[in-house]
Amino acid sequence: MEANMTSKEMLNSLLAAHYENAEKAHEEGKLVAWCTSISPQELLETMGIYAVYPENHAAAIGARKQAPDFINYSESNGYSVDLCSYARVNLAYMDILQSEAGNIPKPDLIWCCSNICNTVLKWYEDIAKELDIPMIVFDTPFNHSYEVTDQNVQYIKGQLLEAIDKLEEITGKKFDYDKFHEIMDISRETSIWWKKASLTARAKPSPLDGFELFNYMATIVCMRGTKEGRDLYKLWYEELTEKAEKGLGPWKANKETGIIPEEKYRVMWDGIACWPYLGVTYKTLKKYGINMVTSTYPDSWYIVYETGDLDGMAKCYSSNYVNRSLDFGINNVVNIVNDFSLDGIVFHSNRSCKLMDFRQFEVQRQVEARTGVPSIIFDGDQTDPRAFNEAQFETRVQALVEMMEARKGK
Amino acid sequence: MTEKYYLGIDIGSSSSKAVIIDGDAKIVGEKIINLGTGSRGPAEVILGAFEQAGITEVSKTVATGYGRIQFKDADKQMTEISCHAKGVKHLVPTAQTVIDIGGQDAKVIRIAPDGKVDNFVMNDKCAAGTGRFLEVMARVLDVKISELSDLAEKGQSGVTISSTCTVFAESETISQLSGGSKIEDIALGSHKSIAEKIVGLAGRVGLVDDIVMSGGVALNASVVKAVEEATGHKIIRVPDPQGAGALGAALYARDLDK
Ligand code: SF4
Repeated sequence: MEANMTSKEMLNSLLAAHYENAEKAHEEGKLVAWCTSISPQELLETMGIYAVYPENHAAAIGARKQAPDFINYSESNGYSVDLCSYARVNLAYMDILQSEAGNIPKPDLIWCCSNICNTVLKWYEDIAKELDIPMIVFDTPFNHSYEVTDQNVQYIKGQLLEAIDKLEEITGKKFDYDKFHEIMDISRETSIWWKKASLTARAKPSPLDGFELFNYMATIVCMRGTKEGRDLYKLWYEELTEKAEKGLGPWKANKETGIIPEEKYRVMWDGIACWPYLGVTYKTLKKYGINMVTSTYPDSWYIVYETGDLDGMAKCYSSNYVNRSLDFGINNVVNIVNDFSLDGIVFHSNRSCKLMDFRQFEVQRQVEARTGVPSIIFDGDQTDPRAFNEAQFETRVQALVEMMEARKGK
Repeated sequence: MTEKYYLGIDIGSSSSKAVIIDGDAKIVGEKIINLGTGSRGPAEVILGAFEQAGITEVSKTVATGYGRIQFKDADKQMTEISCHAKGVKHLVPTAQTVIDIGGQDAKVIRIAPDGKVDNFVMNDKCAAGTGRFLEVMARVLDVKISELSDLAEKGQSGVTISSTCTVFAESETISQLSGGSKIEDIALGSHKSIAEKIVGLAGRVGLVDDIVMSGGVALNASVVKAVEEATGHKIIRVPDPQGAGALGAALYARDLDK
């Protein structure tokens, strides 16, 4: 990395390099794994297997408004419209292998952790079968108890150990524990800087324009185990802290008027972004002075355990909020509301993601009862543009503003 | 000092409504046309309301409804959610909950004592339980939408339209017809289906008496009755269900001058 780069420049160059290096690794005969977004990449990184992330890639395709090409391809191939749109994009990409949003090479290995949902199990199994490649699964049972049980920890740890054996078998190389510990160190530090950067948004006004989380998350997914990733988030944190110290808010001055838009309301975004409408959703919120200061993303990649602690590692990968009980889910959002001094919540009812939608109404109801903070639910989809309507989104956002205003007594 | 007037315009998906009030919130002009956003509807209702009021100028204007963003002549744009709540609270001061079913959406709104919105839920982007659903039903049954209510009053319970999707409900109705069901019974069944949808929405914010129904669909007495039966609550039909949103907008316009 060049000196004096901003974190934004660094982010863009790292992402470009991530895709280029994947191609290069493939050409050089290195193994490439397709991985779910919150999976134990530490093991792959240790083994020198190049990890790429179909969800992230599908999101990038969505943001480029290229998803319909892939979605139509999958649907005409027989995949149901009710299937997660990330899966529909990726299952088409597996055949097409070409997109404007960068390319990921064909995989040699499937790396699938069920801590985000059960859809990924069948989706990834489909790829493994079709390409006739090995699939390593981490089954992380849903945590009905409040904390992750020891039984679950042991069960997942067993799978981590077994995965190490399998990787040794697949690569014909010995697993290097020193390297493993080094990667664990880096991964933890990256997670910590990512979280610290996101926490700067607790300041009022927030120095962080929360939509940046949607941009910066690409590398927390793809490069958590790399030094470059760690350095990026550290730099981002420093930039944001400096902004906060100067009392600067999230937005720059309007180019024509010279006026800096004021952060009037602070909300959280629940669920995945609407990638094809990133600009629309952003501008609509900003138009009303709403800064989406945080979401459930910061915690999703806060994977922090002591180096060498496989129990801790197992527990972390089981702890993703969608894999936790309803009570945990509610407390989690209540804490975010208080911690970030929120005025409201925007819930994305995502047609693709049954798991996230499943308890959304109840979370909304209980969070509102406990915090008194108003919220709205809007319909959308993370990559399928057919499931979102701009006017309906705006009506709900404006209604949220009217409720926030009424409650603030403004 | 000359009297001040306030205009509220509600531009919906299938109709436009304009209400002009004076400084005492008395309605002095009102016009409703069944032409919505993007048509000559908005301009015509404004003209009509001005003519009726016998004035040429208002002090403030608030626009609401689906077409509010495109309407550039307003001092403020507000959602139909807030405007319906405000209009209903003005007409029925004891109202705590509003059920508003319009052309393309259905909402249940809880009102705070000051007439502002405390909480609301809205149907998802699906025509089930909305005015559009009734339009489709009326077409399949080959009656005018205004005739549905009387028709259903003569109907017997028993026919259920269970599909939530309007397109599915249409084909369900066609097969009911070819199966020999009476159109009166189908009309009643379709009203019950709307009522069920409302119960589902209402469960999320809670129904607190007094409950008032507004929006174009409230003109249909049979739907109001079906909602009463399904919820087990008494439902008050707001006088002038179609104009309540525009009235709320006019009241908000008046607030701008305070
Ligand atoms: S969007 Fe939901 S269903 Fe799709 S992969 Fe992610 S967690 Fe699974």
